[in-house]
Amino acid sequence: MEKWPNNKAWLLVLPVFVIVAFSAIIPLMTVINYSVQDIFGPGQSLFVGTEWYRQMLGDYRLHEALWRQFLFSGLVLLIEMPLGILIALAMPKKGWGVPACLVTIALPLLIPWNTIGTIWIIFTRPDIGLFGAGMNNLLGIPFDHTARLLDAWITVMLMEVWHWTPLVALLAYAGLRAIPEAYYQAARIDGASAWSTFVYIQLPKMRGVLTIAFLLRFMDSFLIYAEPFVLTGGGPGNSTTFLSIYLVKIALLQFDLGPGGAFSLIYFVIVLLFSFIFYQALQRVGKGEKA
Amino acid sequence: MKLTLAWMVWTVPTAIFCITIILTVIAMTIWQTVSPSMERRGFLPIPTTPGDRFFIGVLTSVYIFFAWIGLTQFALWILLLIVVCWIVVVMIWG
Repeated sequence: MEKWPNNKAWLLVLPVFVIVAFSAIIPLMTVINYSVQDIFGPGQSLFVGTEWYRQMLGDYRLHEALWRQFLFSGLVLLIEMPLGILIALAMPKKGWGVPACLVTIALPLLIPWNTIGTIWIIFTRPDIGLFGAGMNNLLGIPFDHTARLLDAWITVMLMEVWHWTPLVALLAYAGLRAIPEAYYQAARIDGASAWSTFVYIQLPKMRGVLTIAFLLRFMDSFLIYAEPFVLTGGGPGNSTTFLSIYLVKIALLQFDLGPGGAFSLIYFVIVLLFSFIFYQALQRVGKGEKA
Repeated sequence: MKLTLAWMVWTVPTAIFCITIILTVIAMTIWQTVSPSMERRGFLPIPTTPGDRFFIGVLTSVYIFFAWIGLTQFALWILLLIVVCWIVVVMIWG
């Protein structure tokens, strides 16, 4: 057992705490207030108790959006994590190729999210887009992301993978570069194959950065809004309506602040639970390495 | 500029809820300063500090609340009793 060290340095965190109190806790309390009332306008509201929670928890559109969200985040992680590691392994280790690769790979990360959506709208348009028109006219495969469910999902997934795999690749690359050369020399002496070098040296050594990449990718994809909103607007039908898109529809477009507040809190605690679980997992990974 | 809290549309139940949580956090901070506690293992699968246990208790209580509201029609005061007991149990033995 370690004794607790002197904790006075925590006072330095106080200014940040005050800012967070104003920017996060007060709005959160306001949302809690909204979620139990029917808001008609400024100064006009009616207490309704848990009615909005009952309504939102039983809302089949919310259920569908939630499963869609989990499917989306799951696919994102399944595709982006291995792909990012593969790209990192394939990247050059020295010479002029390193900066060239890093800059090229990082480019999608620098583009504003709304612009990403707009780029992909034009890129995948079935009549004039390079990808859309190419699929329809050159390959003869019917493709229309505005009308067909599967095409919309493929487009959103392609966009997401193109946009965020670089982050995983860069983190994995940083992890790879941090492995001392001596490990590889030892592996060569033992006559280890490329695969066993990967499984027994590179993967365990990358565990820390990969956990961070996993956390970031899960949270970002779970909270995704701008890109699919610009690209598909949640359609066709509701097939790409993720949680945040549905939430904005309720709270801002229909101006149902009460149900919107209840929805926000449900969304919030789901994010909170997963953040907590992943944070605990992250802590455990750190402890495993120390031992 | 007049500074009011009218835009936050406070209600009595939500005010009680928020004040209870804030007061508990403040009380636990003072308690921790007066008599520092260690991380320990209880029935929860991870080692926890009292703050962790309070967080876990409240977060799981929210899920219990959602299940109660979404799946049953029982009165809310029964839920309140269950949730308070649950948080106390987690705080002591968790």
